[in-house]
Amino acid sequence: MNSQIIDQLKREKILELLKTGKRIDGRSLDEQRALTIETGVIPKANGSARIKLGNTEVITGVKIQPDKPFPDLGDKGILICTAEILPLADPNVEPGPPNEEVIELARVVDRGIRETEMIDLHQLVLIEDKSVIGMFIDSSVIDSGGNLFDACSYASVAGILSCTVPKYEIKDEAPVLVEGVTSKPPIKTLPVSVTMARIGDYVVVDPTKDEESCMDARITITTNSDGNICAVQKGGSDGFTAEQLIQCSETALSVGRKIRKQFEQLK
Amino acid sequence: MVKIMTQLMTEDGIRCDGRRLDELRNISIKVGVLKNADGSAYIEFGKNKILAGVFGPRDVHPKHMANQDSGILRCRYHMSPFSVTERKNPAPSRREIEISKVIKEALQPSVILKDYPRTVIDVFIEVLQADGGSRCAALDAASVALADAGIPMRDLVSACAAGKVADRIVLDVNNEEDQEGQADMPVALMPNVGKITLLQLDGMLKPEEFKTCMQTALVGCRKVYEVQRKALMEKYFQTGEQ
Repeated sequence: MNSQIIDQLKREKILELLKTGKRIDGRSLDEQRALTIETGVIPKANGSARIKLGNTEVITGVKIQPDKPFPDLGDKGILICTAEILPLADPNVEPGPPNEEVIELARVVDRGIRETEMIDLHQLVLIEDKSVIGMFIDSSVIDSGGNLFDACSYASVAGILSCTVPKYEIKDEAPVLVEGVTSKPPIKTLPVSVTMARIGDYVVVDPTKDEESCMDARITITTNSDGNICAVQKGGSDGFTAEQLIQCSETALSVGRKIRKQFEQLK
Repeated sequence: MVKIMTQLMTEDGIRCDGRRLDELRNISIKVGVLKNADGSAYIEFGKNKILAGVFGPRDVHPKHMANQDSGILRCRYHMSPFSVTERKNPAPSRREIEISKVIKEALQPSVILKDYPRTVIDVFIEVLQADGGSRCAALDAASVALADAGIPMRDLVSACAAGKVADRIVLDVNNEEDQEGQADMPVALMPNVGKITLLQLDGMLKPEEFKTCMQTALVGCRKVYEVQRKALMEKYFQTGEQ
């Protein structure tokens, strides 16, 4: 109840500023917060990253192990991205099974990396239809400051770029780990997710928690290195016009380029 | 594993189910099919068979979910275990939970919830048989069911997907095209307000194709709208005249 009144006041203030072309933290409308990436933070994982996007902080670990392929996809390795918001990340998050917001978060992060075909899954097959390499990319939000979609996506991509794939040999039709031999993951492209929020008639890139609390609608667009649009998810309780969405797709491509440069340095 | 690749499109742009590029599957909607629900609709969209029932505005349980300033909308999209080729576990999957959320958010802008503080409007969707594009078909039925329940609305919500199959942009992606095509983009539109309330994409599209694909889907939404409108007219105007 209280928070509803506060959100209303926030919205008025944020809208008032947007009318003059400003945002509450001084950024321009299409400016992202600074992204810092640190990799190799969890040596026991095959790959890991801890990223900060403004006040949002996410830690991702990549675990790689042999697995059985999905029945209809015997010629491909397994790639699964998950995301969760830890209870220590936000006063409003409680322990327990994931709610619909968290499920959406995990699925949108997964879709971005899957649909851009970041990893060549054909190269992760050990024995077709029987044994493949599985990559599990698990992200945990440890401090929530808005735009968890992009933060988790960036952390996942950074985690994958930092990982080393252990080598497995087939003995008696079963995979056996070859100690001390690793390779780089088969990376095909670099996905960049860009989330925008519509507040009134204004669309802002990389919304903060305050901006999210009073936004009308949200859109997340993931692009690949070739400038293709590979995954989209609209969220929030209102809509967009077609013109706004086309504008958003162009913004996603232009903003994405800057982030992609940061990823390139991790390769 | 031997994969049987269905040919998705002939040279002259005829699709695997015989449709042209810009052709919808057959759609039929029946309004008011359930006795107990305040509003209901049944849709057949290609091979999709989907029921939607609306209850409310009614008391909110659990009470802490209630909003003092406005009503709330809840939505459950559920697939019957027998709706797909391999039996589906009846427990709601993560996919169904996500779809429930996007459908709720697609319907929300159309419903005037401010008029019903402290209440809930529940939308229950049951997919009896699933084909490609079940979320769009579900949304189409749900919007009609809300109207049937007499809930004040700004507009109907009409949904339809477009996609990329064999390098061409097509309207209304079916199951085969969804599985083996290059992109699938479900879109929902409030046709009179001109607002897009659902947009998802998985696949790979060039920026130009993204625009064409969205425009193609919007044309489809408007065609679906006519079917929805006709279904409502049939119940409320023809029976009234008798």
